[in-house]
Amino acid sequence: MSRRIRESLPLLPFFALVTIFLIVPTATVIVSAFFVDGVFSLARIAALFSDTALSALWKSVLLSASTAIIGAVLGAVLAWLIVSSAPTSVLRRAVISLCSVLAQFGGVALAFAFLATIGLNGVLTLWVQEHFGWNLAGSGWLYSLTGLILVYTYFQIPLMVIVFVPALEGLREQWREAAVSLGASTFQYWRQVAVPLLTPAFLGSFLLLFANAFAAYATAAALVSQGSPILPLLIRAALTSEVVLGQSGFAYALALEMIVIVAAVMIAYNALVRRTARWLQ
Amino acid sequence: MKKTRLLGFTAAAVLVAGIAGCAPPEKKSEGGQTESGGNASEATSAEDFGGMDALVEAAKKEGQLNVIALPPDWANYGAIIKAFGDKYGIKVNSAQPDAASQDEINAATQQKGKSTAPDVFDLGQSVALANTAMFAPYKVATFDSIPQAYKDADGKWVNDYGGYMSIGFDSAKVPPVADVNDLLKPEYNGKVALNGDPTQAGAAFSGVLMVALSQGGSVDDIAPGVEFFRKLKAAGNFLPVDPTPATIESGQTPVVIDWNYLNAAETAKLPSWRVFVPSNAAVAGYYYQAINAGAPHPAAARLWQEFLYSDEGQNLYAAGGVRPVRADQMMQAGSIDKAAVDKIPVIDGPVTVPTPDQTEKATKYLADNWAKAIG
Repeated sequence: MSRRIRESLPLLPFFALVTIFLIVPTATVIVSAFFVDGVFSLARIAALFSDTALSALWKSVLLSASTAIIGAVLGAVLAWLIVSSAPTSVLRRAVISLCSVLAQFGGVALAFAFLATIGLNGVLTLWVQEHFGWNLAGSGWLYSLTGLILVYTYFQIPLMVIVFVPALEGLREQWREAAVSLGASTFQYWRQVAVPLLTPAFLGSFLLLFANAFAAYATAAALVSQGSPILPLLIRAALTSEVVLGQSGFAYALALEMIVIVAAVMIAYNALVRRTARWLQ
Repeated sequence: MKKTRLLGFTAAAVLVAGIAGCAPPEKKSEGGQTESGGNASEATSAEDFGGMDALVEAAKKEGQLNVIALPPDWANYGAIIKAFGDKYGIKVNSAQPDAASQDEINAATQQKGKSTAPDVFDLGQSVALANTAMFAPYKVATFDSIPQAYKDADGKWVNDYGGYMSIGFDSAKVPPVADVNDLLKPEYNGKVALNGDPTQAGAAFSGVLMVALSQGGSVDDIAPGVEFFRKLKAAGNFLPVDPTPATIESGQTPVVIDWNYLNAAETAKLPSWRVFVPSNAAVAGYYYQAINAGAPHPAAARLWQEFLYSDEGQNLYAAGGVRPVRADQMMQAGSIDKAAVDKIPVIDGPVTVPTPDQTEKATKYLADNWAKAIG
């Protein structure tokens, strides 16, 4: 008994950390979404079905899904190009390092980079205006959902590369040789061997990208200042509004909604990863 | 009996806060006593300290004042903070200068009992009236000269300064704005910005109300204002950008709907910046000044109030383009800074100031309809 306690001691800091930073906040959100002043109530949950909340949910899903699709497809192609080059090539190592950095480049820095380039007074905007007479920034599309889709794609593609390269590397050369020696064409090899093997990994990565975009806050907060189009921004509005007061309960309900969606996505992701692991190890 | 238990609990809480170590706990004994032996955080006038000099003495002993959400270019707060610090030798800690009113209340709640909690608030109407329980009543020396409508009878809050909603524009970039409807013209394509989201920021809320009045709406019917912004967005004229001095000076937001004093402050940096207050749709708003009941520097907080409502403080406000609350009385007494007050726009027609009930009704409508209109 005492040995078991001794052995589990090194885990204590981990459990303490998880409790403080994950379990307590999640429990607070769940409890506060259902209890108003200590009394059970569904009023806060009901508010999730208002037009504003539903529209934010729809736009959040639209933003996450579209950037996840763009990121997954372009990222997978890039990952395939990387894997096709020699493992020792400088270019390959450079691109992978770059992707690791860019995948974490979201947030205010990324938003600023875009504002400085194609914002209303961006370097590129002014240059194009001067030489071609077009107005790249239009009436501020960068500050709306369209702009968010473009900006989010910039951290989604590198993330896809990072998570998808290992899956591609797991594709063994022997399988291709076996297929070819059995008379398969390159197309048949891809259609009947590689793609079915990679599909779970691809879908899993897609879900990871979806969750990544769904929970992103800082990038959107730095860009969008009108209308709180997506869920994280609606939570901000509910917490800091100096006009519509007493909405912190609504913020709890919205946070719960986000937790439920991300949890569902991550459960599906785990199932897919387990399936992938059977082959690609 | 109850009191001692409460004290014990406070001591325990202070101890815990000290161990947590986020910020040193407030020591109750330090500067907490007034001359007459009372508690500084319960003083309701300078008399409770034994006069103005004793208040200054007590505040100096505390040595610091925590203010929050006071942008240096807003209502001349940069100069006011400096003047206060220089005059009394008190260090003013200005936290989160760009924060919203609700952030001030949140900070006071979250940092309760810590030395970093805000001492004083400067709040928009709805936040102020919803949180009066957090304010310490205090009457400044000039309390009686402040009009009845602009103060709480017990001194829990007092309006400090106000202004009119206005349209600021860069005359070098766009044709002059002479009417709210001008903004729909193609010359203003991609150029009109509103200071914040009206479901979040008081200034933007008043901006939508001003537009509503110009469109035949009223303080009870803000819908025409929302409809106007929908048309503005459909015409491609509305910019979903939060205007700041930086966006104005760099020309990204050539037309900005905001308080006249904020727009007027821009003219100093951008000479072609003009301010237009529509006389057929004048909306006025006053800010609310209050002392945090749990202020870590109770004497300094009270001295700050005395300073703001003194002739000196009120004139500093006026120099920032806002209308100080004692303007009328000071004009009669001849103690106002004439040069500064002459620059503040004067409205002849009726001026709309929404009551808390009207504000609440209008914000409800905005919460349901604003995102749809400009989405």
